[in-house]
Amino acid sequence: MTFRDRAHIGMSASADGLFAIGLALLNPAVLAFWLVGLVFSPVPVLGPELLAVTTTVVRWRADLERRLSTRAGVPIGRPYRPAPEGADVGSRRWLRWIVRDPATWRDTAWLVPGALVALTLGLLTVALAAYGLAGALLLPLWLFLGGAWFGYGVFWPTANVAQGWLALPQGLLIVSFGLAVATSTRSIRMRFARLFLAPTRSAELRLRVAHLTMTRADAIDAQAAELRRIERDLHDGAQARMVSVGMTIGLAERLVRRDPTAALKLLAEARAASTSALVELRHLVRGIHPPVLAERGLEGAVRALAMSLPVRTAVTSHLPGRLDTPVESAAYFAVAEALTNLSRHSNARSAWVALRHVDGWLRVEVGDDGDGGADPGRGTGLHGIERRLDAFDGTMAVSSPPGGPTVVTMELPCVLSSPRT
Amino acid sequence: MRVVIAEDVTLLRDGLTRLLEAFDFEVVEAVDNGPALLPALLRHRPDVAVVDVRLPPSYTDEGLKAAIAARIEIPGLPVLVLSQHVEPLYARELLTDRAGGVGYLLKERISDVEQFVDTVGQVAAGGTAFDPEVVAQLLARREPLAGLTARERDVLRHVAEGRSNGAVAARLFITEKVVSKHINSIFAKLGMPPSDDDNRRVLAVLMYLGA
Repeated sequence: MTFRDRAHIGMSASADGLFAIGLALLNPAVLAFWLVGLVFSPVPVLGPELLAVTTTVVRWRADLERRLSTRAGVPIGRPYRPAPEGADVGSRRWLRWIVRDPATWRDTAWLVPGALVALTLGLLTVALAAYGLAGALLLPLWLFLGGAWFGYGVFWPTANVAQGWLALPQGLLIVSFGLAVATSTRSIRMRFARLFLAPTRSAELRLRVAHLTMTRADAIDAQAAELRRIERDLHDGAQARMVSVGMTIGLAERLVRRDPTAALKLLAEARAASTSALVELRHLVRGIHPPVLAERGLEGAVRALAMSLPVRTAVTSHLPGRLDTPVESAAYFAVAEALTNLSRHSNARSAWVALRHVDGWLRVEVGDDGDGGADPGRGTGLHGIERRLDAFDGTMAVSSPPGGPTVVTMELPCVLSSPRT
Repeated sequence: MRVVIAEDVTLLRDGLTRLLEAFDFEVVEAVDNGPALLPALLRHRPDVAVVDVRLPPSYTDEGLKAAIAARIEIPGLPVLVLSQHVEPLYARELLTDRAGGVGYLLKERISDVEQFVDTVGQVAAGGTAFDPEVVAQLLARREPLAGLTARERDVLRHVAEGRSNGAVAARLFITEKVVSKHINSIFAKLGMPPSDDDNRRVLAVLMYLGA
């Protein structure tokens, strides 16, 4: 880290400290507001409505702190239980949900101590910076020359002009000390907030269970739909054709002595039907699990995929072994989806895929030099990838400014099997 | 003509053996797994090998790997590779040594028995034969080919599949002279040096297509 970087970080941390003082001053007001809401909550009709508003304000304040912390490198998750389904805001069930969520009480418990910590540390940081700046700007010298009684740093009071000048190096020293301390005070403040605002262990487990329940349901739905599609394709396609092949051959058997020419014609028909059944089966198999994926693993399958695209696509891979089959399959279909999207919408002239395995995570990047402006919220393709990865606790991030380039980054936790031989 | 067969499904292995023997090929060995294939090829040095891509024990691409390894030991060893699916990627790997005597077909092409046996003979003679499906996949992604006429694209497709001028002429119901005129025009449009030798020509076309 260069001196510039350090200075920059220190300054932004000091600014954060100043900002935190402002926010801290807000906390008592928020707490008072909430307490008023709580006291009046038994009042019919109006009470619960008021509590709804005040709780929203508290959660807004806590969420703001969580966001700031996360941005500064101390991630704090949202601990709230999901709202009960179908409960109107202000209803008894809704009220019970608010009151029984420990996170509600932890939020309010944080408001005042959090403000005190933020004020103390913030003032310390700001005061250090301000005092240092005063010295660096030679304020003591001017005050001495102006005849006012003053001192600075180790010289107290300032006895002569030389001591006035010495405020400059002292000031610089204090400023740099202040900047260095600012990052620590910020981190202390945020860790303190995390004690109150982060999900407790049980809340974390509850959130995890909720997430798993949802993704499991998604995965089961997707799998059932997939099996249904395969069943239908086999039933209406290859299976029906094989039945007709059998019938045609049977007919040919009956005709072979009486009318060999007609029998030959029927046999040729049967062969043609068996060929089209095979074509259908091949397409079906490719959709279930591409054979090249089974034969070559993710890297080979992605290379084969890249070869079939109209857009020139470079593939780089640093995978020291084979991935688990389900992860491999999920990653392959995610890349296939991303590449299909890319060749359909991006107008790209070239694209690239990078596969890497770092610290137990498979990291896949798909990029192009096209128009950009891809939005996972809009297209079904990117959303489909997200759902696919979700079942594996994987994530997807899209960077696609208008004008491009677009980079889709997908990450999946996974282990590698023994290195390829 | 002496043949080595590598195919793990008994039904298909026996069928292939019976079929080729019916057309006067001599099947010197029929192996059912990957590790046995390379030694068999090196021991017998057959006139042609018919090899399934996917073989036990790993059921990945052991057949293809063994075939390529054997062609490194015995340059130009004629190999016809069969698979349930075709990948331009594998076609490229088979062609990297730039020697003839390679074929790559979908297994279902065996059902057209006479044409299949023709293809085996063609590969044994040092020719090149690629499945229409591979060629179609290769043609589909090349935009520069838009400059060719529909007829020229037809001719190019047949050439890439490994047909001689005469065979192309018979397929398209035109004279050989017209075929060679088309071919000259194609080569000029694609900026490839003209070549009279059929095998070299097929390789050049496949390389151009990016296999």
